[in-house]
Amino acid sequence: MSDKNAFEPKIIGFMCNWCSYRAADLAGTARLKYPPNIRIIRVMCSGRIDPTFVLNAFARGADAVMVAGCHPGECHYVDQNYKAMRRYAMLKHTLTQMGLEPERFRLVWASAAEGQQLAEAITQLVEAVRPLGPLHWSGNWEENGHRHEALESILKEHEAAMEVTE
Amino acid sequence: MTTTATQETTKTKGKLALYWAASCGGCEIAVLAINEKILDVAAAFDIVFWPVAVDAKVRDVEKMPDKSIDVCLFNGGIRTSEQEYMAQLLRKKSKVLVAFGSCAHEGCIPGLANLSSREEVFEAAYAQGDSTENPDGVRPQHETPMPEGPLYLPVFYDTLKTLDQTVPVDYYLPGCPPEAENIWAAITAILEGKLPPAGSVIGPNTTVCDECPRKRTEKKIKKFLRTYQVKPDEKTCLLELGLVCCGIATRAGCGALCPKVNSPCIGCHGPNDGVHDYGARLMSALASVIDSQDPEEIDQIIREGIPDPVGTFYRFSLAGSQLRRRKKQVAGNGVKRG
Amino acid sequence: MAEKLGIYVCHCGSNIAGMVDVEEVARWAGKQIADVAVARDYKFMCSSLGQQMIEEDIRKLGLTRVVVAACSPHLHEKTFRRACANAKLNPYLCQLTNIREHCSWVSTDREAATAKAKALVYAAAERVKWQQPLEPMPVKVNPRTLVVGGGIAGLQATLELADAGYEVYLVERSPSIGGHMAQFDKTFPTLDCSACILTPKMSEVGQHERVRMLTYSELEEVSGSVGHFRVKIRKKARYVDENLCTGCGICVEKCPRKVIDHEFEAGLGYRKAIYTPFPQAVPRIPVIDTQACIYFERGKCRACEKVCPTNAIAFDQKDETIEIDVGNIILATGWKMFDCRRLPQYGYGRLPNVYTNLEFERLCNAAGPTGGKIVLRDRKTEPRSVAIIHCVGSRDVKTNEYCSAVCCMAALKFGHLVLEKTKAKVYSFYIDMRTNQKGYEEFYQRLLEEGMIFVRGKVAEVTDAARLPSEHGQLIVQVEDTLLGKQRRIPVDMVILMGAMEPQADAKELGLKCGISCSMAGWYTERHPKLDPVATMTDGVFVAGVCQGPKDIPASVAQGAAAAARVQALITKGTVMIEPVVASINEEACSGCRICNNLCPFNAIEYDEDKGVSRVITAMCKGCGTCVAACPAGVISGAHFSNQQILAEIQGALWDANPNGNGLGGDGHASSAGDTQPSLVAG
Repeated sequence: MSDKNAFEPKIIGFMCNWCSYRAADLAGTARLKYPPNIRIIRVMCSGRIDPTFVLNAFARGADAVMVAGCHPGECHYVDQNYKAMRRYAMLKHTLTQMGLEPERFRLVWASAAEGQQLAEAITQLVEAVRPLGPLHWSGNWEENGHRHEALESILKEHEAAMEVTE
Repeated sequence: MTTTATQETTKTKGKLALYWAASCGGCEIAVLAINEKILDVAAAFDIVFWPVAVDAKVRDVEKMPDKSIDVCLFNGGIRTSEQEYMAQLLRKKSKVLVAFGSCAHEGCIPGLANLSSREEVFEAAYAQGDSTENPDGVRPQHETPMPEGPLYLPVFYDTLKTLDQTVPVDYYLPGCPPEAENIWAAITAILEGKLPPAGSVIGPNTTVCDECPRKRTEKKIKKFLRTYQVKPDEKTCLLELGLVCCGIATRAGCGALCPKVNSPCIGCHGPNDGVHDYGARLMSALASVIDSQDPEEIDQIIREGIPDPVGTFYRFSLAGSQLRRRKKQVAGNGVKRG
Repeated sequence: MAEKLGIYVCHCGSNIAGMVDVEEVARWAGKQIADVAVARDYKFMCSSLGQQMIEEDIRKLGLTRVVVAACSPHLHEKTFRRACANAKLNPYLCQLTNIREHCSWVSTDREAATAKAKALVYAAAERVKWQQPLEPMPVKVNPRTLVVGGGIAGLQATLELADAGYEVYLVERSPSIGGHMAQFDKTFPTLDCSACILTPKMSEVGQHERVRMLTYSELEEVSGSVGHFRVKIRKKARYVDENLCTGCGICVEKCPRKVIDHEFEAGLGYRKAIYTPFPQAVPRIPVIDTQACIYFERGKCRACEKVCPTNAIAFDQKDETIEIDVGNIILATGWKMFDCRRLPQYGYGRLPNVYTNLEFERLCNAAGPTGGKIVLRDRKTEPRSVAIIHCVGSRDVKTNEYCSAVCCMAALKFGHLVLEKTKAKVYSFYIDMRTNQKGYEEFYQRLLEEGMIFVRGKVAEVTDAARLPSEHGQLIVQVEDTLLGKQRRIPVDMVILMGAMEPQADAKELGLKCGISCSMAGWYTERHPKLDPVATMTDGVFVAGVCQGPKDIPASVAQGAAAAARVQALITKGTVMIEPVVASINEEACSGCRICNNLCPFNAIEYDEDKGVSRVITAMCKGCGTCVAACPAGVISGAHFSNQQILAEIQGALWDANPNGNGLGGDGHASSAGDTQPSLVAG
């Protein structure tokens, strides 16, 4: 990174033990290069990926989330990745209503042999999210409409009111 | 002299406060639904603060020593600066603070306004409403200059918060409103000093299905339906009929009131213990049993069957959920960090 | 939590240290992360010295949790778990985080890679605090084994096990065992006769008291797991009673219907409607081909029935499903021939004298349709020149990218046979000559001496369109000779296409049944390409032979034997330890909503009608965690991948995401109090 202050998205990747995590291993073994923005969390199967985790990652400040599993029909646990597929669709539907840009949440299928494809998908995700800027979800309520000033003014009012009565 | 007398009464009688923040007020009425037992409450407690029923002033509370109120039942979410102030004040003055009812617990219906911004809420309330006549476009202002000095209105926040997002809460009494039996059970527990560990939600740790008399089988859903599209019988699980019945994810304690009258559970009791996000539980469970492996069909089933996902999955819990609100267009986004 | 963490950051020589400032990561972890008692970096954590260091720290400092930041858990998770176990720390309290494959090797910026490594270490440290000690569960191993596929790899595995004293079920899809090797004439490089070395093995299997052969049968369904699989096998109707048939062959002789044999004879020969694939077939019990049989076609004939001396013909036979219990499964399902019609430029199927390698094997086989005479399709003319084209359907992005491994040697073998049996000139058109096993290069040298002509270049076209009068009536091979650097047209009488080995059409489907996956090319994925080439991701399922990837006979035999040895090790041990990473349901809290009931492909979830709760059958659970994520009440927990563990991992991984405070409480629960509090209520 030439500009140290440039925005670099922080991305959480949930990957299944058998295909996508191994694809990421393979990308490493093959010395493929992709941006360092993704932090991979291993689960046994994409079917383990609970929407709670995705929401939690966003709430904790992730700028994007990638969910990755074996190709449909190639799940190590027969067909559990279809559950991941359905949950992704459901979550995407909800997150759209919550105002999240679609680029920030992505589902990727990668077999253990597809290190190259996974590396490309990660690169694409980073490049798609960079121009969107930080998500900083908790910023949605941190400031909350001049809250601090408002509270201070209440104190002042009350002090003033007390003075009148006493 | 008077001081001694007060101390004597505290020994025998506890001090109870009740407060109403951002909620419809149904919780206040629910307190009365314990019927004649309210007399027992009156016998056990001095009600030191209950604006809706008892004439007491905020400044009286402000003057009370810290932790001098034994129990405060606080209903409603935190939408304004005044409510936040009251929450902080009552927290400071109370030994036990109970988030009473869904609004204080999870934000409830008022929390769904977190899908909009303050400006949008004002626009709906002061301009767009069918019964609204406001040709001058007047909006509430925090400060209004008057000859006698400025007058203040509480600041209306952008985001409604739950009570525990504002101050630490000891117990939660779920429900919209809490059922009389549960209120009484909680009060009894308080009276007898048999309180569960701090932070507990008072109620059974199982879901509505446990109390639902309908027969459940394995689930496969090809289509989600709205209530008007289904004529339920009295035996079949409503979810299996295609209705989004939230009973699977919702804490029991209501006796499956809604499913018993052919109406799907809408989830007012919130989740079981240990659940981090109520809506996520529903989304995950319902998505898992969709009967399709085709991404386009799956999308269609979801889009057509659940047109309002946040309203469906987070009807009572949006403010208390992990994401709390809809992403705002300005604040929090595009803001450089560090 | 008053845990004591040890954090160990590996340099991996320069593999990690070259891109990640490992010393800084260790130093930082010691300061930044709560409950860290010691944080060290070391040249090679996986070395015995590295392991000793961890073990000593556990003993001396009383560590309760260990984080190793090194390579992929697929490589060294076991190593570090063992080190912990040596020091009496439960191995599941050790977390390996991958800062090599997922960080140093894929990054180009040292500062960014170091920051990423820190986040990964933080994530592992937060996670490990929630990890629970787990104990593997012992499961008894059924000493019976199922071998799927009766080719040379499967036969070898079967014999190894049976000879060692264990019972084996051998399932073969075709009517006889033997596989592709039974079709071959000679085997390279020794040129011994394929049948002479194979048939003794076949009959040994056929007669073995501990082998139950199920030929003309297919695997339907597999349930259970290592030690106790239950397998359903569909035994297709042969229309011949195996118990009565003596294999005399009269029925075959008398059968009036003769059809082209596309299977064993590769379309060059004929067989009857009732047939044994080849004379040495094991078992010798024939099969009625219902597509060809006159009785099945017209409802009358039954000639075979009339001549059978033992009344073994059974037209009313039905497919039968057999259930067997086995402890282990060896898949040796082999390969199928590349369809050379897919490359029309080589003219197969259009130009009569273009042969496939399998056809040519039959052509020069003494027991084949021409009695071993190498002749053109007219069955009489001996070719005066033969072209052998390599890599047909191999090493080509349009068909298969892989090398089929055996074709160079087979081509040399063909060259030798043509030179030996005819006066023809033999050309080999190769891309690269691959002769890299024992005796192979010598065989190549021998063919060079014998006068086989080698042209290096990928053939562009085989055509019968003559340009010169001398080419007339011949096949012209158009090729760029890359050694001479010019285009050549070589007229020949016969062309042999060295078609590729391809995965069986249903390899993926069968793999799914057994819980194993295929590579993109379609070969079964072994557990480790180098260090564990016969085991698979599913314990108790092994692979041998070409189904795992193209290979020759010696390699297939070696793999068959290796798989058998692995199985024997399990049987001898008697019990296997099953990963304790399984789901469990809190029955107290389960309301019996039954959402989870049909989510488990392994049928590990049962519903208790009386209690109205669901339950996980631990021995059948494979630990995918899908039900854990699906439970709407949140009452299913997944060992070693609990919600708390994963949420803590997310928290750690995003430790630097919101420097201004992320507004969430420490327990990952968004709604707990923790927003920045201006303490404005006057005290």
